Order: sequence, then C-alpha cells, then structure tokens
Amino acid sequence: MPDADEPLAPPPSARTLFTSFAAVGVTSFGGGLTGWMMHECVRRRRWISEDEFLSGLAMSQALPGVNVVNLPIWIGYRLQGGWGALAAALGVIIPPMLVVMALAAAYAWLRQFSATDIAFQGAAAAAIGLSLSMGIRAARRQIRKPIPAVVLALVFAGVGLLKLPMITVVAIMAPASVAIAYRRGAGSKS
Amino acid sequence: MRDNIYLDILAVFVPLSLLSVGGGQAVIPEIHRQAVAVHGWISEATFVADFAISKMAPGPTSLLVTLIGWQVSGLWAAALATIAIFLPSSLLVFGLARIWARHRGAPWQKAVEQGLAPVAAGLILAGSLTLFRAATGGPLAWAIALASTAAIMLTEVNPLLLIGAGAGVFLLVGG
Repeated sequence: MPDADEPLAPPPSARTLFTSFAAVGVTSFGGGLTGWMMHECVRRRRWISEDEFLSGLAMSQALPGVNVVNLPIWIGYRLQGGWGALAAALGVIIPPMLVVMALAAAYAWLRQFSATDIAFQGAAAAAIGLSLSMGIRAARRQIRKPIPAVVLALVFAGVGLLKLPMITVVAIMAPASVAIAYRRGAGSKS
Repeated sequence: MRDNIYLDILAVFVPLSLLSVGGGQAVIPEIHRQAVAVHGWISEATFVADFAISKMAPGPTSLLVTLIGWQVSGLWAAALATIAIFLPSSLLVFGLARIWARHRGAPWQKAVEQGLAPVAAGLILAGSLTLFRAATGGPLAWAIALASTAAIMLTEVNPLLLIGAGAGVFLLVGG
C-alpha cells in the first residue's frame, strides 16, 4: 500500500530538528514521549510518513538503548543525515536534562505543596490522550488489511493485556510480519 | 576511591546502555542495584526520590542517571553518566540508520516498513493501556484522558494546552 496519504513537507534543517525535539522533550509531561514525537513529526510537521515513523519506532524498540532517544536519531538521520541525528538526539536529551536537574533541585521545596502532586497527576492523565490518539490513528490505517490487523491485535494482546515482555513479543511478531509482507510484495512486484 | 568515581560511572552505565533492550525501563532495577547496593552512591530514599522526579519530569525517564551522577560527584559526573547511558546505544542506532539510508527504496526495505508498522501500532496502543493503568485519580483521570484523546483527534489543539487543562481540572477538583 502506498505510504503517503498527503505529500510530505521538505526536510527540516538540523537546527529546526533540534528545536523541534527540544520542544517535544520539555513539554512531554506524563510519559508517552513516543506519542508526542509522532504528533510532531507525522501529524503537525509532516516530515515523514506514518509507515516510516512506525517502522522506525519498532526498530528503536527492538534495538538496545532508550527507545525515545533511538527514535529521534533514526528520524534525524533519515531527514538530515548525521547532523540531523545529532541535533535530534541532543534536542531530546539536553533540555529535558536541565529540566530534570532543576526539578530535583526544587524537589524538597515543591514537596511542601500537595498541589504539586495533584497538578502532575492531572497533567499525566491528559498526556494519555496524546499516546492513545496516536495509537488509534496508527491502528486505523493498519486494520484496513487483514494481516496487519491480526499482527496489531496480537501485539496489543501480548504486551498490553497479557503483559508479556515487549522484547519477546517483538522478536516473534516482527520477523513474522515482515516475512509475510515480503512474500506478498515479492509476489506482486513492488 | 574518589579519583575512580568517573571510571566507576562508565563501568556501570556503558554496559547498561547496551543491555537496555526493550526500552530504558528494562534496566532501572539494575541501576537501582548498582547505585544503592553495589556502589553505595546514594541512599534508597534518594533513589526513590530521583525515580519519582525523572518520571514526573518531561523527557526520557532514563535521565534518572543524570541525577544519580549529579548526586555522586557533581556536574561532570552528571554529564558523564548521561553520556554513558545514551551514547553506546545511540551509536548502534546511528550505524543502522546509515545502512538503512544506503538501501533506501529497496524492496526488502518496503517489506520491513510494512511489516513493522502494525507491530509498532500495537505497541503504542499497549503503551497507552499501561499509562491508563498507571494513572492516579481514578475515573476523573480516565475521563480527562478520553477527553484529551478526542480533542487531539478531532481538533488541531496544541497538546500542551490539554496538559495544562488536565492539571487545572485536578487542582480545581482535588486541590
């Protein structure tokens, strides 16, 4: 299936990659950084297609390392080569690092106010929406065909419902899914 | 010994960078064991606070190691710990990205992309479920999560606005 619903925007400069990932990095309260990145790169900026983002995500998860840092490197390289990868990685690490240090320095003081915890809980609840909406968006495209739909359902059931180790599920499902896609693609010439 | 602290930091975090298969969460128990029990860098209570802060803060939760480095031996140790946990695995991804780019458009690559997309979509949905389970605040939290999901899907609203609104609602109701 074609992977472009809409034409993509021209690749951003390394500087734009840095500021963009920095903005995502320091605003992604409540976890689910992946959802923020998909929102930014696929939906808002249209830098890469959804399939490219998702396959990059799957690879970032399967490789060692922190996947929320692996993915910016992957996307940055795809868009702007080595400098793009460096810019995106630094963007998602350095500014949030300064924030976390500032928070740590202020932690004892912040702890005095119960409002701090309550506000963060509310922020985290709202942040779920970002992850879920990106999940739904991705799923809607994948369930149009039977095999991707089954793969998606099995991965969700294994990781989400049965709480199997993610790496095990990916190690089984990813090669199987790719092999099927390859056989089908090879049969009909891609 | 004090002069070995930088080497110790490298010795602990560089292997963990390459062992963190399946995301940063996978190695947090080992970070805990090394920092508290093995090396005695920080106390149990400090670790718990560091973990809470790095989860609360935006950005990668693995920045936990920045805090540990900082508390062990100041800013240089913080920077070193951060580099140690991120750089080795980053180089690996970088190498793969290069190979990937060289073969861009190859039929097998299309197959890999098409095959991995539903896997990743399943992972995002499973991750959302995990966030739902972890949410504190019960039905109110779930209602806010669903409302913000709908808002992001149906409108062009800036997600940050929704985050602020979520915090605001919690403060109004529970504060």
